[in-house]
Amino acid sequence: MGTFILYKTILASCILMISLLVAMYSTLIERKVAGFFQDRLGPDRAGPWGLFQPLADGIKLFFKEEFMPNTADKFLYILGPSLTMLIALLTSAAIPWGSNLVINGKEYPLQVADINIGILYIFAIVSIGVYGIMIGGWASNNKYALLGAIRASSQMISYELAMSLAIIAVVMMTGSLSLKDIVQQQHGFNWNVWYQPAAFLIFLVCAFAECNRSPFDLPECETELVGGYHTEYSSMKLGFYLFAEYINMFISAAVMATLFFGGYNFPFMDKLALSPNAMATIGFFVLFTKITFLGFVFMWVRWTLPRFRYDQLMRLGWKAMIPLAILNIVITGIVILIR
Amino acid sequence: MFTKYIFFFLSILALYSALMVLMSKKPIHSVLYLTLTFFAIAGHYVLLNAQFLAVVHVIVYAGAIMVLFLFTVMLLNLNKEEVSPKPLWIKTVVIIAGGTLMIVLIGIFRGYDIAIKTDPFLTQIGLVKNLGRVLYKDYLLPFELSSILFLTAMVGAVLLGKKEQI
Repeated sequence: MGTFILYKTILASCILMISLLVAMYSTLIERKVAGFFQDRLGPDRAGPWGLFQPLADGIKLFFKEEFMPNTADKFLYILGPSLTMLIALLTSAAIPWGSNLVINGKEYPLQVADINIGILYIFAIVSIGVYGIMIGGWASNNKYALLGAIRASSQMISYELAMSLAIIAVVMMTGSLSLKDIVQQQHGFNWNVWYQPAAFLIFLVCAFAECNRSPFDLPECETELVGGYHTEYSSMKLGFYLFAEYINMFISAAVMATLFFGGYNFPFMDKLALSPNAMATIGFFVLFTKITFLGFVFMWVRWTLPRFRYDQLMRLGWKAMIPLAILNIVITGIVILIR
Repeated sequence: MFTKYIFFFLSILALYSALMVLMSKKPIHSVLYLTLTFFAIAGHYVLLNAQFLAVVHVIVYAGAIMVLFLFTVMLLNLNKEEVSPKPLWIKTVVIIAGGTLMIVLIGIFRGYDIAIKTDPFLTQIGLVKNLGRVLYKDYLLPFELSSILFLTAMVGAVLLGKKEQI
């Protein structure tokens, strides 16, 4: 029991550190990618290839002046960014980061919590993810912030539906809600994306909308809403909002890699005949390669597509994504019945 | 047991936040306290080994219904603290109605054997596999009928909310 708790604590802290580190460096990668797409260099002053840029940004955010509007609801104003950060970090608990490690003949899974409803847990976290933005936007007592918050919540509620409907097709194929089972069924090169390409595309579009990323970044659309829900925020509270967006991006890339790209599985993994520990390590790096690629897709789309209009966004969500997802479920059901 | 302390913590949290729903001055605070109550109750479901129910509770109540509540309250802008004194007859009616409900509840619990027959921490019925089997095998017709009821309500809401065709 003691070693169990110790092991889980260490694992959870490691995952927390890795998420924060990845989020920190995705800000740099995002700016480098933006530079690449716009044919310029991107940040390169702080350290070699601008490697210390995230540190410089972080220090800058910490030392900026704290500002709180005096009509704001004090408690909720502080609760908003904290809640956003907390909820962004919660999801990583259910993701299997690798196969089991074997130390002294005992198996240690690289997953904090193997709950048998893993997918639903992730949806629960996604569905409460909107609270941080709504509370922050309302508590600022600013019209632009409120408009941003309302946009964010209606957008997230609309796309959540299509997202969960897309996953149902995957669950029907796997017959399990546990993320571990879903990953194990995609052993080798047997990835879900080959069987469920439509579900993957719907999920990807919805993930952009859920993370408030371009082309769906209407909640913080600066040409209409000044800064959106974080207009009144400054210093590290603003930093938390911006940072949580990158954590969300990392986690949704991880969820997509787990559900559709086989998680830690890679082709020809049975031919290697390595020890379980080596396999777990390789699996972990394979998963990270997939996450990095999907993260790059997020940035690629952001710097390629223009922003949607709000009515277009709603029409796409309700009249294209949800019917497509339902059609996908029906077709999957028919195919499973015939087989 | 460790679970006992969690039980007491969750119960106190649920009762406190439920009381705060009634006592907070600002409507937004009431809505947020209600959300907190739902989370505490979801925690109770986990303690009873009903993970599926807990997660669905969070998704449906905290994730969808309460967000819509928050949405409406924000748009209505009820922030101004206007406490209009209610007339005496309304107060009397409310007290009588609430008191009657309380008597009914006390009556139910007096006649009910609260002693738990099975160990709630070991029961397996709340796991998704067993629950699905019960719902789709033993109670298929009521389950489908209730889903039709929901669909009807949804269609009705859309019809009511629709503007007149010109």
